[in-house]
Amino acid sequence: MTAQALEQRDLAVVIGLEVHVQLETNSKIFCGCSTEAAEDEEPNTRTCPVCLGLPGALPVLNEGAVEAAVKVGKALNADIPEETSFHRKNYYYPDLPKNFQITQYDAPICRDGTIEVEIEGERRVINVRRAHLEEDPGSLQHKGGSIDAADYTLVNYNRAGTPLMEIVTEPDFRSPREARRFLAKLEEVLEYLGVFDATRDGSLRVDANISMVPADEVDADGRIDEEALAAANRTEVKNISSHKGAEKALAYEVTRQKNAIQRGRAVEQETRHWDESRGITVSMRSKEEEKDYRYFREHDLPPLRVSDWKEKIDIPELPDARRERFREAYGLDVEAASKLTSTKAVADFYEDVVEEFDPDLAATWVADNLLGELNYRDMAITDVEERLGEFTRLIELVDAGEITRKNAEEIVLRRMLDEGEPPEAVIEAEGLGTVGEDEVERAVAEAIEENPEAVEDYRGGEGGAINFLVGQVMRKTGGSADPGDVNAMLRERLDE
Amino acid sequence: MAELNAFITEETVESDADGPLSGKTIAVKDNISTEGLRTTCGSAMLEEYVPPYDATVVTRLKESGATIVGKTNMDEFGMGGTTETSAYGPTKNPVDHSRVPGGSSGGSAAAVAAGDADLALGTDTGGSVRNPAAFCGVVGIKPTYGLVSRYGLVAYANSLEQIGPLAPTVREAAELLDVIAGPDDSDSTTREEGADSNYAAAADGDVDGLTVGVVTDLVEGADDRVVEVFEDAVADLESEGATVREVSLDSLEHAVQAYYVIAMSEASSNLARYDGVRYGVSASSASGGSEDGRSESSGVSGGFEGNWNDSFARSREAGFGPEVKRRVLLGTYALSAGYHEKYYKKAQDARAWIKRDFDEALSEADVLASPTMPVLPPKLGESLSDPLQLYLIDANTVPVNLANLPAISVPAGEADGLPVGLQLVGSKFGEAEIVRAASAAES
Repeated sequence: MTAQALEQRDLAVVIGLEVHVQLETNSKIFCGCSTEAAEDEEPNTRTCPVCLGLPGALPVLNEGAVEAAVKVGKALNADIPEETSFHRKNYYYPDLPKNFQITQYDAPICRDGTIEVEIEGERRVINVRRAHLEEDPGSLQHKGGSIDAADYTLVNYNRAGTPLMEIVTEPDFRSPREARRFLAKLEEVLEYLGVFDATRDGSLRVDANISMVPADEVDADGRIDEEALAAANRTEVKNISSHKGAEKALAYEVTRQKNAIQRGRAVEQETRHWDESRGITVSMRSKEEEKDYRYFREHDLPPLRVSDWKEKIDIPELPDARRERFREAYGLDVEAASKLTSTKAVADFYEDVVEEFDPDLAATWVADNLLGELNYRDMAITDVEERLGEFTRLIELVDAGEITRKNAEEIVLRRMLDEGEPPEAVIEAEGLGTVGEDEVERAVAEAIEENPEAVEDYRGGEGGAINFLVGQVMRKTGGSADPGDVNAMLRERLDE
Repeated sequence: MAELNAFITEETVESDADGPLSGKTIAVKDNISTEGLRTTCGSAMLEEYVPPYDATVVTRLKESGATIVGKTNMDEFGMGGTTETSAYGPTKNPVDHSRVPGGSSGGSAAAVAAGDADLALGTDTGGSVRNPAAFCGVVGIKPTYGLVSRYGLVAYANSLEQIGPLAPTVREAAELLDVIAGPDDSDSTTREEGADSNYAAAADGDVDGLTVGVVTDLVEGADDRVVEVFEDAVADLESEGATVREVSLDSLEHAVQAYYVIAMSEASSNLARYDGVRYGVSASSASGGSEDGRSESSGVSGGFEGNWNDSFARSREAGFGPEVKRRVLLGTYALSAGYHEKYYKKAQDARAWIKRDFDEALSEADVLASPTMPVLPPKLGESLSDPLQLYLIDANTVPVNLANLPAISVPAGEADGLPVGLQLVGSKFGEAEIVRAASAAES
């Protein structure tokens, strides 16, 4: 097919992703150095002979990383082989202490998995070709300019040896948006498994392969003609670090490639760098294109039998299943079920609350009140999950009529989050305890006494007057009376 | 001591521990990491590299009460069989100062032979303990792969090498092996074997009923003078009650080629880390004109102007000697796309074949015998000019590394006043058997 022909045809977008996620483990993948907040520490302090690649040091596989990888494999319904082994990927780069990376090659820990994603209301199955374990390199800080123009570069090996899982999809995405949805779903699943922390800087890094094929080479099921796919030049976009970034970078590439093809120019097969700040992709030096990594077995790590790990390691209920169960077991609508299963911590919190309260009441409190207030404060459920007891006591206090719902929502909950105080302390300090009936009656009497005009208006049939009187009573009781009750009491007295 | 140039660094590290090696002095090959004591690997690249940690074997030496007397000379990164590729000059053979001591653990063997140390540690990737043991007239053991921890051993070819003892007698070598053998959490390739070993007890000289298989393929190509001493040694074993039979391993003719492809391929990767960034020769010091001098004094590593690729290349050009460069280049080539199948893959196949052949031969014999070295120690400077000749003198030792088996070299006698070694190969973790046979052969 000539470029001439191509430029006149409708084009379909083909995208495949290579996603690197940092696995949450206590220590690095091949040594005992802690991984906790390694990026916040003084540079090059979380290191040892192994992760610095000092002469003579040897890697020892961290079983925690294998366990995390097996969990990912099970969640993706992937094949986990009898035996898995490690290879060396040889290339020189200043962030790579040994100038080779220990990774997996022909015996990855997971193969042929799938992940279901809802895309534009349609459930799509994205195929995962493989997922393997490897070590993270260190990180570079370019000083005095970006990667190609820096005066000098500093290397920090704190990150070196953090366990990574590289998840490689088939070219199953047909739009940048789909890629973004997939990444969000993947993060959600990983977070449920307890192996991933999205808030961590650099915890997600994506390389995206993107090409254009004639739209008529894609069949109704989204399958692409192999030859057409092979014939299309693709670019690999690196340096993507978020879902949003993936969508933007790929959208840029779609436009760039379409423009090139429609102008009769060929798309260069190359690696491009996503420049987040400029919102563009730039070509990286082409001499790196023909990389030969000289893979060969890492003999310092004997092959690992993982077949029995599969049986021994359990994974928690995953988000899709939990969402479905929330709908069925608690009668929640789609929106509430989605909100309440957005992270495992939220879902767990809800299920703790729902043990004591009606599911709808619990849903309103957790999904609307608590999540809303947390979101407003840039907090997460994990910041308050230890205070479950305080939260349920707050709902109990409202339930028992000890404080009004309005005060609970607008004053007590907010102060609980802002000041870290228990609900009782807030109620005490603000004097929000609901007042006794005597006090309300006294306030009602006073309000009638003090506002003859309003009373006149009410008796004259002016409906709004009652609201004014309710407001007066509320003011006298510091908002601690129930407005409905006050309304009823006023009517009773005025209609006598 | 200085006369032989057996040591790169002479420094005494005493141990307070009371153990099996209390009162003994030991020389440690300079590719075994010693905390606070520079470890050069015989290379200019690591001239000022001081490890921040001890190799597991060094920890065990210290716990056993041994006194370390220094770090011994070696072929650069273990690449050589004569100790002449060292950046610190060649070591002389104590028996004849005009000759090489063998290598790559030439400094260790020479130190023991000259009495500069009671014992020594060497490392054996393709014969580097047994070769100098044979040339210097001492005992050297290459343990089964996985018996001794490699943690802290600076890798040359990590699927092949082991740390092994050198000593004047079989019993002393076995005692040292007892100290260093056994599992180590820091080296995943170690096994349970060796945990409570007593190889020294096997040095009882009792070979009654033992079957010795003479590997004819490894005798045929040897120097006549060597063969004569070897045959006398085998006859002695027979007279002490051993049964001798001949065995032939067809695969051995491919061993040297397979060995060099594998060793060089692994070396190309193992030595990639020497780029001047974290330690070693940095481009700024290598360029000669820099005011900053070495990385350690300036605090700037790899601080060469221009791109990092050039900086790495400059460091490696300045820091590595010609033999290292040759092997890294050849190894890189052998692993490259398009050649991987033709060389690396084929070498792995040959390795598997050699393993099978050894297994078969060892099902018919308890130990296998051959001359350790097919030649007498060459004159200094004689072999260095011809790398191919250098590689061929490894013919009898490399098959053992390819098969991961244990082997010992024990002095078998002399020819023209020069030592000749007898090599005895055992089955996997059959160290006791080769110690026993060697103790009987000890003259």
